Amino acid sequence: MQELINRAKELLNDGTVVRVLGWKAGDMPYNPEPAFFNSPEALDEFVYNGFCGANLSKYMIEASTLEGKTLVFLKPCDTYSFNQLLYEHRVDRDKAYIIGVGCKGKLDIEMIKAQGIKGIRGVKGAELTDDCETLTIDTIYGEKTCSFSSAMLGRCHVCKGKEHKIYDEIIGESKDTQDQERFAGVEFIESMTPEEKFEFFQKELSKCIRCNACRNVCPACSCRKCVFDSNKFDSTQKANVDSFEEKMFHIIRAFHVAGRCTDCGECSRVCPQGIPLHLFNRKFIKDINEFYGDFTAGETADGDRPLTSFTFEDVEPSIVTERG
Amino acid sequence: MQRIGVFVCHCGSNIAATVDVAKVVEMAKSEPGVVHAEDYQYMCSEVGQAKIVEAIETHNLTGIVVCSCSPRMHEATFRKCVEKAGLNPYMVEIANIREHCSWIHKDMEEATKKAVILMRAAVAKVNLNAPLKPGESRVTKRALVIGGGIAGIQTALDIADAGYEVDIVEKTPSIGGRMSQLDKTFPTLDCSACILTPKMVEASAHEKINIYTYSEVDKVTGFVGDFTVDIRKKARSVDIDKCTGCGACQEKCPSKKSPSEFNRGLNTRTAIYTPFAQAIPNVPVIDRDACIKFKTGKCGLCSTVCAAGAIDYEQKDEIVTQKYGAIVVATGFDMIKLDNYDEYAYSQSKDVITSLELERIMNAAGPTKGHLERLSDGKAPKNIVFVQCVGSRCSDNRGKSYCSKICCMYTAKHAMLIRDKYPDVNVTVFYIDVRTPGKNFDEFYRRAVEEYGVNYIKGQVGKVAPQPDGKLLVYGSDLIDNKQIQMEADMVVLAAAIEPDPSVRQIATMLTASIDTNNFLTEAHAKLRPVESPTAGVFLSGVCQGPKDIPETVAQAGAAAVKAIGLLAKDKLLTNPCTAKSDELLCNGCSQCANVCPYGAISYEDRELNDHGVRRTSRVAVVNNALCQGCGACTVTCPSGAMDLQGFSNRQILAEVDAICR
Repeated sequence: MQELINRAKELLNDGTVVRVLGWKAGDMPYNPEPAFFNSPEALDEFVYNGFCGANLSKYMIEASTLEGKTLVFLKPCDTYSFNQLLYEHRVDRDKAYIIGVGCKGKLDIEMIKAQGIKGIRGVKGAELTDDCETLTIDTIYGEKTCSFSSAMLGRCHVCKGKEHKIYDEIIGESKDTQDQERFAGVEFIESMTPEEKFEFFQKELSKCIRCNACRNVCPACSCRKCVFDSNKFDSTQKANVDSFEEKMFHIIRAFHVAGRCTDCGECSRVCPQGIPLHLFNRKFIKDINEFYGDFTAGETADGDRPLTSFTFEDVEPSIVTERG
Repeated sequence: MQRIGVFVCHCGSNIAATVDVAKVVEMAKSEPGVVHAEDYQYMCSEVGQAKIVEAIETHNLTGIVVCSCSPRMHEATFRKCVEKAGLNPYMVEIANIREHCSWIHKDMEEATKKAVILMRAAVAKVNLNAPLKPGESRVTKRALVIGGGIAGIQTALDIADAGYEVDIVEKTPSIGGRMSQLDKTFPTLDCSACILTPKMVEASAHEKINIYTYSEVDKVTGFVGDFTVDIRKKARSVDIDKCTGCGACQEKCPSKKSPSEFNRGLNTRTAIYTPFAQAIPNVPVIDRDACIKFKTGKCGLCSTVCAAGAIDYEQKDEIVTQKYGAIVVATGFDMIKLDNYDEYAYSQSKDVITSLELERIMNAAGPTKGHLERLSDGKAPKNIVFVQCVGSRCSDNRGKSYCSKICCMYTAKHAMLIRDKYPDVNVTVFYIDVRTPGKNFDEFYRRAVEEYGVNYIKGQVGKVAPQPDGKLLVYGSDLIDNKQIQMEADMVVLAAAIEPDPSVRQIATMLTASIDTNNFLTEAHAKLRPVESPTAGVFLSGVCQGPKDIPETVAQAGAAAVKAIGLLAKDKLLTNPCTAKSDELLCNGCSQCANVCPYGAISYEDRELNDHGVRRTSRVAVVNNALCQGCGACTVTCPSGAMDLQGFSNRQILAEVDAICR
């Protein structure tokens, strides 16, 4: 962490960048939050630890409109989002100095809580970005332990790899933490009958409180004005009067990010209700892979995208329709 | 708020017999914005139109809903009608209560309910309609004909004779198409080459016709009146301007083992070849896959013997970009592959052949110099069995569901020609039905039976079994005598189904012209616009639209030409005002719309914007109205809803859906 701060200070001091986009401590030891640092002194608040799951790419949209360069720390998976935003002309490459920051998997406090560990005051091991097999959790009931892997964010179990797809320099080492089948969850739902599917989504989506956290954090949901906030469409009012509201919101959102979602998993990470929102997006990704060949949004910042380009090998609409 | 008039048409009994029109009128009166509603027997008639005009004046109507037939039939009629009364023509919406309702329902109550819903949707849309004004676009006075068979040649000749430039693009080394492979033509039995060759010569000599052989269409952009097409001239390896067509290269070429495409693979050709003697242009091409020079670098005999110095091994594919006002598709057909019909032993015996192969065998320039002989041993056949409908009129997935239309006639022709030339040969035809409608067609078939003694058996062949002695044992059924037949034959001729040339799929995609499940191009209207594609400026000529014989093909080719001429004769076209428009305050500048736009109509600009008092410079999409065709691909791609289609806005469509779901 100190290495990151030192380098950031250097870059601020030599004028390469005028601000730093990173993480600072939140009100709890396990919820650091994204933050802009405008001076070397401010960087004393900078943190980087196992709970820094937040993807900073989306904040670069705002930073791209500001004067001067911004130093941004991106984990390997965050670089996919940055690339996709670059592809969509939403961020300015010239306004970004990217430090690819090492990542060996990020933690989810909910996963620790789910193991029956309560009254958490701090997590030892989480501050490290080095290998750590066991986390020691300081609770009001004394110290507890759990394995690092059991506390990882869902998305880290299907890690896209340790490679940064775009960067100016890299600090720290990364590790591919994939230990689960990426599409297992989607396949499980695909195997359901239509009634079971409906019931599944009804159950999951009825938990939604429309806090919009998923939308606000999503790097693909980067519209200047969301259709659900715009008075130009009737979608907002419709969503509000209808019992189908949450489903419509989430289904429309999934369609809007189809082919653009990098599967960064932020939607599920921030959902206060624990809805596995990434499953919608991952279903689209799986279909796109099957219909148009393997594709990962954000792997590159240029090239054709399967849903917005046409080739003669493209799947026939009838096949898509028949398959459902 | 609009003042809407609803006009419900009876269409005689077409609508009124199934839909309670009075009820639709009554229900319309309580719809939001509706101030007048009435019904009439024929709304499209002069009296009907006068009623609309009168109502506009009396009730100060600002929007019109006509509940009638498909907008494809009469939308234009009603738009003109309201324009007469001073209303913007785009303030008319059609509720299709005929094709979408009365024609497909039997129960009056149910149909009426649906008609009311369709009316409601149209009213909801008109409430949000805004006046639109069409623009103008230019017409390039040049036509492209894709395919150089008899259909393409005839279309090109007719267009060129009207004074317009025409380019023919033909993918093989010569124009002529399937017809050039035929020996004789029904029903008059004149030789195919004798009537086709003059047409080929005429086309190639015509000052308005430019022929690209051994070329393919690579890319099509633009729209009616203003298409831009990339034509790939494949490397011939022979300089078309220098070559004198002397044929010395073909005589000397040592690579002689490539199957001749022209003779359906029944004999071989050299690596440098002209497909047939009357080929136009009479310039060979080098088949680079077969050429020894290209394979090993050693040979070059053709270059040595060519006195004109026309051989060019270095020649590369060349792309020619040309603008056209109209495009005619004349891609023709091929016979189906017989892989699914192994019971006829086509792959096992050389003496089981297709009808087109028989054409080549009967032809003096064919592999047997016109002698009817078995390909296995060269012996003269004594018994020939013809099998009809191989892959045609098929009820399962093996073959085609349609009738190939030409087989009954050409089989009668083959049978007659054989009996005429070789009276000692017995000819038997197995058929499901004999279908010979057409001028002098049935007489032709009856001559085969009555004068030439061809043995027609109603029934199908189940199996052809090659025997050790080289004979073919044919197992069939005779449905009239209700018995199974076993018959020895020396030759079996299969009337294989015809299907559109496989290249048509790619061409249709490039032209955004629709094709049906059998890959035949779809007409704009099956009865009333049979030579036009639903894509404006694209016309259909020949078998690419459906099976047909030569006279029909030539007639259709002329019809397609007339439609193309009608378009080329115009100086300007009115453009569709239903184009996309971007709301720059909502636009993210993400380029997704530009990526999906098939017309290249969207570009990006950095614009200084005042977003509710906040000034910012943003990258925003700008639509070129002259290029936009209103397909709407951008509107569904745009995540923020900044792109909208005028006349079919997101709000209008959602209002329609709401009205339907109400």
